[in-house]
Amino acid sequence: MKKLNGILAKNKIKDLRCGQEVLYTGMIYTARDQAHKRFSEMLRKGKKLPVDIKEQIIYYCGPNPAAKGKVIGSCGPTTSSRMDELTPVLLKNGLRAMIGKGERSKEVVAAIKQYKAVYFTTYAGCGALLSGRVKKKKTVCFKDLGAEAVFALEVEDFPLIVAIDACGGNIYDK
Amino acid sequence: MRKISAKLISETVDKLVIKANMSLRPDVLKALKTALSQEKTNAARNALSAIIKNASIAKKEKLAICQDTGIPIIFVEIGNRVVVGGNISDIINVAIAKSYSKAYLRASIQADPVFRSKKPSYTPGIVHTDIVAGDKMRITILPKGFGSENKARVKMLNPTASIKQIEDFIVDSVRIAGANACPPYIIGVGIGGTQDLAGLLAKKALLRSIAKGNRDKKIALLEKGILEKINALKIGPFGLGGKNTALAVNIQTYPTHIAGLPIAVNISCHALRSASEIL
Ligand code: SF4
Repeated sequence: MKKLNGILAKNKIKDLRCGQEVLYTGMIYTARDQAHKRFSEMLRKGKKLPVDIKEQIIYYCGPNPAAKGKVIGSCGPTTSSRMDELTPVLLKNGLRAMIGKGERSKEVVAAIKQYKAVYFTTYAGCGALLSGRVKKKKTVCFKDLGAEAVFALEVEDFPLIVAIDACGGNIYDK
Repeated sequence: MRKISAKLISETVDKLVIKANMSLRPDVLKALKTALSQEKTNAARNALSAIIKNASIAKKEKLAICQDTGIPIIFVEIGNRVVVGGNISDIINVAIAKSYSKAYLRASIQADPVFRSKKPSYTPGIVHTDIVAGDKMRITILPKGFGSENKARVKMLNPTASIKQIEDFIVDSVRIAGANACPPYIIGVGIGGTQDLAGLLAKKALLRSIAKGNRDKKIALLEKGILEKINALKIGPFGLGGKNTALAVNIQTYPTHIAGLPIAVNISCHALRSASEIL
């Protein structure tokens, strides 16, 4: 299986094709509904985001708290389509990759192609399994949102499936 | 009259919260294993293997099967000869909050649905109570994740609707859910009653074991036929294509008015979690 590490610059992801399985080791940021809403409001007002999203990966995930001695609780993906409206602006601002589950809107597919990004899916509904691939967790911002805060996760061999590639290839196209 | 103490109810709720969230229902696990034996493609096989492995990791390491530990829905059947030592909804909600926090489960409830201004909490859950005959109490918990809850649909069909119209509404609901709600699905269907009751029946239908069909043979046949049509959609495990888009269709019916035919579909993801106990 293909392995990817560290920052996913354009040249690292340009050859990925939909359907391909990848194991990723590196840093990902969680962000879901409310964090996306805040990001887009900040960008609209011309403010700087509390996280530099350039060349980064956003994981649509609201993890469970960590039990004693553990890094994180169950931490699988949430439904990506809820983030669709708020996604193109992040891609325009340099976001390179997203991880979630399920289909994306036409607008998001177009933006992925335009900005040469990639949308991965992962094992949906398998948060217990995925928690074992997270080695470190740090709260970055929006602590008031509870599980919806932005966390930086250091992951090792995190299983990904390329769902929409930089050429617009889409695994969900029937 | 038999008195059931708040303490016993709380302890039972705690047990059920843990069981439902961490041990996948045996009927669902069995259906997933059967599904795995039927799939040929790598994508579908890998997806089902991951789901089965996830269930065993969750159980062994005491982790939630899914990070969406749901909106806790609690069904309580109270015997008419039972006296409860306190307010049943309060007892249950306090017990849920304690249990979720102790087990490191996620707080997913937004107290302010319109302005979304509150930090998410564990409760309130949704408590449904029914009075039944006898001196026992049955408590059932269904932590319902919202990826699949968001795909629920209700429609008021005409009383003259054909069986095909009923089937189409159910199959279309699954088509709309597509890959988004963690397939393979279990499809709960409520037919009859009123608009609100149909929704509740669809949810209650998810509590029935998927190992066997409806007790009414004609409805069981309908369930089977609809399942075949759903699987012909080929959405497959994780939505990556395959033979298993749904593992089962469970229909629950109730008499309705001569002027209508309410129908509701409540989709569950593969992580269908529920647990029940009789006190
Ligand atoms: S749809 Fe079900 S399995 Fe998927 S994330 Fe939600 S609760 Fe978990």
